[in-house]
Amino acid sequence: MRRLVRNFAFASGALLTIVLIVVAIAAPLLAPFDPNAQDTIRRLEPPSHQHPLGLDDLGRDVLSRILYGARVSLRVGFSVVLIAAAIGIALGSTAGYFGGAIDVTIMRICDILLAFPGILLAIALVAVLGPSLNNVILALATIGWVGYARLVRGQVLKVREMEYVTAAKALGARSPRVIVLHVLPNVINPVIVMATLGLAGAILAEAALSFLGLGVQPPTPSWGAMLTSGRQYLGIANHLAIYPGIAIMLAVMGLNFLGDGLIDALDPKYRKRME
Amino acid sequence: MAQYIIRRLLQLIPITLGIMTLIFSLIHMIPGDPAVQIAGEGARPEDVLAIRKALGLDQPLWSQYVHYLGRLAHGDLGVSFRTSTPVAQEIMHRYPATMELAFGAMFVAILVAFPLGMISAIYRNSWIDNVARFFALIGVSMPSFWFGPLLIIAFAINHTWFPVSGRDEGLRSLVLPAVTMGLALSAILTRMIRVSVAEELNQLYMTTAIAKGVTRVKAIFRHALKNALIPVITVLALQFGSLLTGAIITEQIFSWPGLGRLLITSINTRDYPQVQASILVIAVTYILVNFISDLLYAAVDPRIKLE
Repeated sequence: MRRLVRNFAFASGALLTIVLIVVAIAAPLLAPFDPNAQDTIRRLEPPSHQHPLGLDDLGRDVLSRILYGARVSLRVGFSVVLIAAAIGIALGSTAGYFGGAIDVTIMRICDILLAFPGILLAIALVAVLGPSLNNVILALATIGWVGYARLVRGQVLKVREMEYVTAAKALGARSPRVIVLHVLPNVINPVIVMATLGLAGAILAEAALSFLGLGVQPPTPSWGAMLTSGRQYLGIANHLAIYPGIAIMLAVMGLNFLGDGLIDALDPKYRKRME
Repeated sequence: MAQYIIRRLLQLIPITLGIMTLIFSLIHMIPGDPAVQIAGEGARPEDVLAIRKALGLDQPLWSQYVHYLGRLAHGDLGVSFRTSTPVAQEIMHRYPATMELAFGAMFVAILVAFPLGMISAIYRNSWIDNVARFFALIGVSMPSFWFGPLLIIAFAINHTWFPVSGRDEGLRSLVLPAVTMGLALSAILTRMIRVSVAEELNQLYMTTAIAKGVTRVKAIFRHALKNALIPVITVLALQFGSLLTGAIITEQIFSWPGLGRLLITSINTRDYPQVQASILVIAVTYILVNFISDLLYAAVDPRIKLE
């Protein structure tokens, strides 16, 4: 029964994720209207046949904006995960493989970043760099790489002592070659799991920053920013706050389900480590 | 225990210093000339000069850094650009509101999670358990900046039971923000209590107690719960730190006059001394809370100290 539930969760997670990606790619084809076209006379109009999710405070079609918003979410999500994973893997494997002073330095930086609440650091960075899509990505990647670095370092420490690594070294392979060809392939599965869950985290964090007015700037449609403007019309036009929220929740839930399912498939030891 | 406390205290020093350095360097990360950026476009040169002087940006970097640390050591967090009053004053004024919110959220989480987690553990894999687990799933996936507005629509607009925003109506003002912020925590806590209690129910001492004639309910409350609470308390303490950052968003939703809202307002008005000080205070509180929860963990579970 539990397996079935878990498989169901995995399947629905995969389905939601695929829908999210398709929506993001095909937004121009799927959206019934231009997401930035204003019809100010009909502003705040509730859902109707013509506009299934209604119109926002500037008379823009909410459905079209949500569909285009998926692009922003995924762009931030993928960029953050790719950058964070690349930095984390590079630093984590270097720290784990070489040990010594390099290891201590990298791990102390990790400690400081971990001691600092993540979203607060992201807010601080965006506050000084200025709110924009790229700065959100930069801020989230700055706090995101630590998790990968620690994960990869731990795995590398284990793999480093394996006989095949010793054998490769004995045959004269240089350090970068040993790391890339022999060590990394053995640590990639947990990284994929972490990346999937990190995608959900990044999407949620982007929405939070945009909600605080520190993310994507208007008129670019972002789910978090849509919620902020919707907040001002609670009681007058509730649809403005309700639908972007549903989009965020479905995206985050889908990716979390997918990540959870991948844990069992790719990294069965993960649960044990987490306990 | 004393040795453990000292060791952990010593570990705090480099981390706190690291965070102070990080916050110090923030102002230098502003692209271009920070003074020009802060003064705004088209500002008079003398204003830019005044800001540069006020921030000490005309000094060499090392001297700025030493001065910054020296001022912090004296409890001087700087002067607000906007109000020209010491930023510490405004922070002291806002701090209780954030704490009130955090404790309120924790209370809500405990109130929901304990019965739900216990029932889930006792009637494992029943429909009640499934409902509780579904709730936990929704709880962790629902962003607070969506849940909050939904609560406002339902309980402040459609039914005018609670105020839409602010902190003027005492306990009534606290309910919706505390529920918003407590939801995610209650979901985490429910899961935790379920696992923890279920584990204890399988222990031999429970079989013994029931064999000796103690009723099941009594055995659960007298024996199992006591042991199950150890990990739960630590999780609760650890999560208090994340409540502090959660408050930044929740305070924004409900216009709650706490530290988080102060931070966002100062960012929008480019009041950098206030921004730096707010971030520092939130971060240091976060570290201290985590430190205390570590000690708590070691106190309730003596095995930790050996590591």
